[in-house]
Amino acid sequence: MKPPPFSYHDPRSVADAVGLLSRLENAKLLAGGQSLMPMLNMRYVLPDHIIDLNKIEALSYLRESNGALEVGAMTRQRDLEFSDAVKARFPLIHEAILNVGHRQTRNRGTVGGSLCHLDPSAELVTMAAAHDATVTVAGPGGTRDIPFADFPVAFMTPALEPNELLTTVKFPRWPAGHGYGFVEFARRHGDFAIASAAALLEMDSSGKIKRASLTLGGVAVGPVRMKNVEKALVGQMPSEDLFRQLCEECRKVDAIEDVHAPASYRQHLAAVLSRRALVAAHGRVGRA
Amino acid sequence: MGEKRNIAVTINGKKYQEDVEVRYTLADFMRQQLGLTGTHLGCEHGVCGACTILFDGLSARSCLMLAVQADGHEILTVEGIAPSADKMHPLQEAFRDNHGLQCGFCTPGMLTTLIEFLRDNPDPTEQEVRIAISGNLCRCTGYQGIVAAALDAAQRLKAIKEAP
Repeated sequence: MKPPPFSYHDPRSVADAVGLLSRLENAKLLAGGQSLMPMLNMRYVLPDHIIDLNKIEALSYLRESNGALEVGAMTRQRDLEFSDAVKARFPLIHEAILNVGHRQTRNRGTVGGSLCHLDPSAELVTMAAAHDATVTVAGPGGTRDIPFADFPVAFMTPALEPNELLTTVKFPRWPAGHGYGFVEFARRHGDFAIASAAALLEMDSSGKIKRASLTLGGVAVGPVRMKNVEKALVGQMPSEDLFRQLCEECRKVDAIEDVHAPASYRQHLAAVLSRRALVAAHGRVGRA
Repeated sequence: MGEKRNIAVTINGKKYQEDVEVRYTLADFMRQQLGLTGTHLGCEHGVCGACTILFDGLSARSCLMLAVQADGHEILTVEGIAPSADKMHPLQEAFRDNHGLQCGFCTPGMLTTLIEFLRDNPDPTEQEVRIAISGNLCRCTGYQGIVAAALDAAQRLKAIKEAP
């Protein structure tokens, strides 16, 4: 299990990386390597060129601006985990990131790498969907923004042209005091999620739900926003009975099937985990 | 032979300047080219944790990195943990005293993982230790001895730190 021969390129700027992508045939971008390297070792992928992004310093940053968390594509998952800003103002991301693989993989794995790999069970993919994130991609003609809802176009396939790369993801901030909850079911800690659910809740002054976000990970071919449940929650007084009743809708999701679980089990988990995520979110309203 | 690059890397305080094939993983480079076989290779696709090293002080799987990516960086492997040839690290002593290993295959990865973990979290709970080693597979011990060793090592390291 060793990588096949390839040519190695280590550009120092996004423009150079885009230039290489445009010029080279059968090239693969190497970010944190926590998914691509296993595929290379097992020869699932046979690229002629590896374009290593690890020396592009401009892609590694984490900052808050205009009410959003802006994260460079090569920012390590570890940097989100240990960020005080994320913990204080994006607590759902902090809660979810602790479920991303293990410390050894978070130290290397990147935010952009995970979003482009687009594994449906990936916590960061679920986070981007839950927050209505926007991704910025760079290509030969400049940059363009893509709402994350339009980023997955098929199973593990992002809306990137062959000569484009992801540079930034922006997570809009929810107001102070919002509720949040992330729950995941996996065989062991750090394993791929068989199913996960992420909830965000904002209340009005009368205690009714003003805004809700409910996202399923690992259940379908991509992240699923339960828009009809979100809509039904708005204007309601939150209660576990309400959550239980509305989350039944999650059993209707077109679920994937694999060696770990049949579709029916994922649909069951989707309903249960969604309720738990909403209960957790409700319990935390006013605290964050 | 494939494409090669010249890299300079510091491993356990020693500088190496080597030509390396660009497709070589860091683990294979250290084991096969430098003869540093303390780092073990189990699954070679990032699941078992046996190849864990500290890369600029942070734990990483050396089977999931290319050797060329280590150019200009510092690495600590299991060979560099002990303070001297005849004295073990307190974590190693705790492993010996608590039966933290049987066959020893996972041990290099367990030790490097726990060195980083205990540095960041010097007074962990048992649950935190279990999560910390969740990315390291052991097929012998049932983890009990390893968890006990990690908790014991935390106490030993604390005692050393607090000693006058």
